[in-house]
Amino acid sequence: MLEQQLVNGFTLGLIYALIAVGYTMVYGVIELINFAHGEIYMLGAFLTLSFISMGLPLPLAVLLAMLAAAAIGVLLDIIAYRPLREAPRLAALITAIGMSIFLQNLAMIIWGSRPMPFPKQALPAFFSEPALTFSDVTISWMQIIIYAVALLLMVGLNLIITRTRVGTAMRALAQNQTAASLMGINVNRVISFTFALGSAMGAMAGIMVSMYYNTMYPTMGYLAGVKAFAAAVLGGIGSVPGAMLGGVVLGIAETLGAGYVSSPYRDGVAYAVMILVIIFRPSGLLGRAVTEKA
Amino acid sequence: MLELTAIETFYGNIQALKGVSLKVAQGEIVTLIGANGAGKSTTLMSISGVVHPRKGSIAFMGEDITASTTERIVSMGITQVPEGRMIFPRLTVRENLLMGAYLRKDKAGIREDEEHAYALFPVLRERRSQMGGTLSGGEQQMLAIGRALMARPKLLLLDEPSLGLAPLVVENIFEIIVQINKDGVTVMLVEQNAQMALQIAHRGYVLETGHVTLEGPGKELLSNPKVRSAYLGLD
Repeated sequence: MLEQQLVNGFTLGLIYALIAVGYTMVYGVIELINFAHGEIYMLGAFLTLSFISMGLPLPLAVLLAMLAAAAIGVLLDIIAYRPLREAPRLAALITAIGMSIFLQNLAMIIWGSRPMPFPKQALPAFFSEPALTFSDVTISWMQIIIYAVALLLMVGLNLIITRTRVGTAMRALAQNQTAASLMGINVNRVISFTFALGSAMGAMAGIMVSMYYNTMYPTMGYLAGVKAFAAAVLGGIGSVPGAMLGGVVLGIAETLGAGYVSSPYRDGVAYAVMILVIIFRPSGLLGRAVTEKA
Repeated sequence: MLELTAIETFYGNIQALKGVSLKVAQGEIVTLIGANGAGKSTTLMSISGVVHPRKGSIAFMGEDITASTTERIVSMGITQVPEGRMIFPRLTVRENLLMGAYLRKDKAGIREDEEHAYALFPVLRERRSQMGGTLSGGEQQMLAIGRALMARPKLLLLDEPSLGLAPLVVENIFEIIVQINKDGVTVMLVEQNAQMALQIAHRGYVLETGHVTLEGPGKELLSNPKVRSAYLGLD
């Protein structure tokens, strides 16, 4: 029982982690909580659905959906946030909430407001079959795929951030924007790149969730977005490894809460864990205290 | 090489520069001295394109750069070592240096200039895998200068390199500025430490509340009675 809960919680946690890195990276470079990020996650699922119904094979549909979501993320920044870069922070935050509502409603217009199943015929039949069974623990192929894809994406993201020129520029920008622009770094281009990267990861999370639970609906990004935001705060907002860890911690806490407390309390348990961490470690699990030597 | 013609720069409705004109010729060290709030840093930020003047013009090597992006200005050969050093505290020393070469593509040249920076500041080589934020103030200043040189600038803008540093370290930094200039880099130096700045400068400008009030060769300004009483604390 406990082992099975841990397996399920880890699956959910990796999904939260994939979404949370998008929040934390954008916060890192422009100090904005992009509340429309949950809608990018939702759009990932619906775009995949549309590409599949156009007759594209699953891998291609997923890839195109990620690219399209990345482009939407970049456009979101250019249209809604860039004009407010010098404005008070609250203005951009309210705009983000507005964009979230706009994208939800746009999805309802395009795909309707009722939940839709993930097109079963596009998935190989073995996906829902158990891959591994130890005594009373079962891990499905779908779960293994979520583990593999999520870990691969996160390792890849870490390599981009720590090893590449644009990744180093992202970190430089997050630390001192004036100094970064004095190096000749095109600040807006690096911000766009950050949105693209975070949006592609969030979209992949939405795609995998819609396969895992076999459903998608236009408001699915709301709760997932709030949870992933909580995960990012739990891990230390601005810290990419923190967002990954926070996602996993939150996913496991939520599943254990559902299993051992009672299932209506699952969200309550998740938020309680976040609140406890914030009380005792205000900068989050892997966050830094804000003050530092100049 | 660089010419500012009556530039007026604003922060919102506050006018920081009220018509600043100055010239820097190839190979010179030119210094800009003045009190807090005189507009020294704003002048450098206007040249770098971080803020754009509302009136007047800035020309570099015959090209008008008044409205150019910082990216373009850096690629033309103007780099700045900003006030307070502004190194990246959570990048390693080496990553900080490489960010200075962000717009360059010539790998071999970048490698060469990294070695040159270590030769100029041996302490940076020892600390190259350390985070920038763990360096002392003087070492951070060296890193900031080394980082700016990684762009292979034609014109180096230095904003208060002596700020908050021990006198011996200041002397060391100024020796290196002279060395960099001898290597062929034109230098524009903003300083509150007028004594040190005027000693190494070929020419100097005195800035007061957004205006240039005095200009002349460094030695001449050093002996000017107004400069001596207002900026050197002498007489």
